Amino acid sequence: MNAKRLNQASYYEASARARIAGLVDAGSFDEFCPPALQQTSPHLALLDAPLAFDDGVVVGSARMDNRPILIAAQEGRFNGGSVGEVHGAKIRGLLIRAVREKPAAVILLVDSGGVRLHEANAGLIAISEIMRALLDAQAAGIPVIAVVGGSCGAFGGMGIVTRMCDVVVMSEEGRLSLSGPEVIETVKGVGEFDAKDKALVWRTTGGKLRRTLGEAAYLVDDNLDAFRSTLAEILGIARPDNALAALKADQAALTARRSTLADSADGLDIWRRAGFPAPEQVPMLDTDTFNILLAAHPLELAHE
Amino acid sequence: MSDGLIFDRLFGPSAHQVAIRGHFVRGQASIAGRRVEVIGTWDAAALDSALTLELAAAVLACVEAPRPPGEAPPPIVFIADTEGQALSRHEELLGLNGYFAHLARCVDLARRSGHQTLTLVNGQAVSGGFLAFGLLADRICALPGAQVRVMDLRAMARVTKIPFERLEVLASESPVFAPGAENYWRMGGIHEVWPDDRADWRPLLAEALAAIDASPAGDQRPQLGANRGGRLLAARIAERVALG
Amino acid sequence: MEHFQITLSNSARADIRQPVLCGVVSSGNLEVLMMQSDSGGICTVDVNTSAVGFRDVWQAVLADFNERHALGGMKIAINDAGATPAVVSLRLRQAYESSRSETQ
Repeated sequence: MNAKRLNQASYYEASARARIAGLVDAGSFDEFCPPALQQTSPHLALLDAPLAFDDGVVVGSARMDNRPILIAAQEGRFNGGSVGEVHGAKIRGLLIRAVREKPAAVILLVDSGGVRLHEANAGLIAISEIMRALLDAQAAGIPVIAVVGGSCGAFGGMGIVTRMCDVVVMSEEGRLSLSGPEVIETVKGVGEFDAKDKALVWRTTGGKLRRTLGEAAYLVDDNLDAFRSTLAEILGIARPDNALAALKADQAALTARRSTLADSADGLDIWRRAGFPAPEQVPMLDTDTFNILLAAHPLELAHE
Repeated sequence: MSDGLIFDRLFGPSAHQVAIRGHFVRGQASIAGRRVEVIGTWDAAALDSALTLELAAAVLACVEAPRPPGEAPPPIVFIADTEGQALSRHEELLGLNGYFAHLARCVDLARRSGHQTLTLVNGQAVSGGFLAFGLLADRICALPGAQVRVMDLRAMARVTKIPFERLEVLASESPVFAPGAENYWRMGGIHEVWPDDRADWRPLLAEALAAIDASPAGDQRPQLGANRGGRLLAARIAERVALG
Repeated sequence: MEHFQITLSNSARADIRQPVLCGVVSSGNLEVLMMQSDSGGICTVDVNTSAVGFRDVWQAVLADFNERHALGGMKIAINDAGATPAVVSLRLRQAYESSRSETQ
């Protein structure tokens, strides 16, 4: 077990800019469409809402472990990291650039509730354009890696984008899903989903649950060093594969997941099914212990 | 409209065998002498993992289906009528976002395998349900009466804390947030809104498919949005980031 | 939202190399962008704030900041979501320190 190093800054607490600074090689980050251009959202202005000079996402090139990467970091504390016209276009542009520059990977630090409601239509269209550009980058052989560990998690259209990436890296603090618990509670009632029950929310959408289901390939501690060293590892091995054989395998796995988990109410049932020794303790486990136990007790999917 | 009449109007009464099974649409048809596959959702379907897998399986089957030598892959016409993603804690546990991601990949595989992909919005196209497949096609057309949106204005007023009356006024000045197929057309999000003054849609469908062939490869929507004046920044900013 | 521009006289030249951004536009917070300008001897500050009716407070905070720092030939742009004067002063100082540091 590794001894914890001192002064490991929290990824969760860090701003988008601080996350990039903490993950890439020192001094290597070059920002595209930087805040000095003041490319703010005219739609937020129309609705009398505060603006951000980078419209809530930082994009640029950098080196990681001395290899070239393109990186985007959403600022979860600005409008919930939500995607509007400018924000979405910056991410799309980055993915298009990847096809030409062929970096070792595109890294998306996702921290977003999805579409920015103030720009609803622009946001929805922007996310579908991000999806197209992501698929183009993957078709060109560029790995796209998603990192989820911020306060907004990855929800809505960004939850879909995240799962379209080759590899997802999460911390326990991260959440990855589609609809927010508050929305489900509002529409379907507290009996369907009690959004105030944080433990339940994390057992349903949190990093440990997603790692157990294999939707996240890595679960790391909430500090920049841990994310950085994991990303450096992945850079060497990630390869996108959207070919027919891979998609047929995914189809089978996703089908099997539905039947395997038909009676599972939340993560507790899943950890019990996987054979974890004390399933109710899983949320309290530190990352290293969890990862060791998961390796020893993988979730088996039933096949039809 | 939610009866099989749309297939008569799209293909002609004897030129389709499309079955509607609950919320799932599947079948074959022909248009302008070409065979097409028809896959889609029906009756404001709430897109859950089961329906998503049905759609994905149908797309994969199209890609895999053997063809006579020399015959081009058939176009896939997606019928989109969805009230959005299913809202369910169990679906969240399963990871519905991942099921949508899988469907998106399948649609893209079909495109890369040579199938033209065309979405016809019939009824509603809402949010995540629309993102998962409808919005990924080469060309997207709204049938008369189609409703396209993220969220209705009243809900948006609640969430953004902007008064509903103010949103209504602003909606008349900007296509950016209010529901409506016309708004999506102006923003380049959808390619066509079909007129409601004709019974025979075959020429419109044939033209839409021909337009896919005639269009440059790649996602033209940001440029469409700029040309139509509804989205003035998306194309320019993406280009600046991509090339700058 | 309220927008206004405040102009400060400052004969001490700001030594600003690259544009600098400090802070995040979340509730109670602000972002401060500092850039070089062509107008020596003055510093223009463009404020975009969700807290309406506090121009005189901004005037005071900025005047105080101007007294203690070399701002000549700098322009500042601010997006504010209701930060207190103390947070505004802090963010201005942080941006200023960043603008003078070797590595950016």
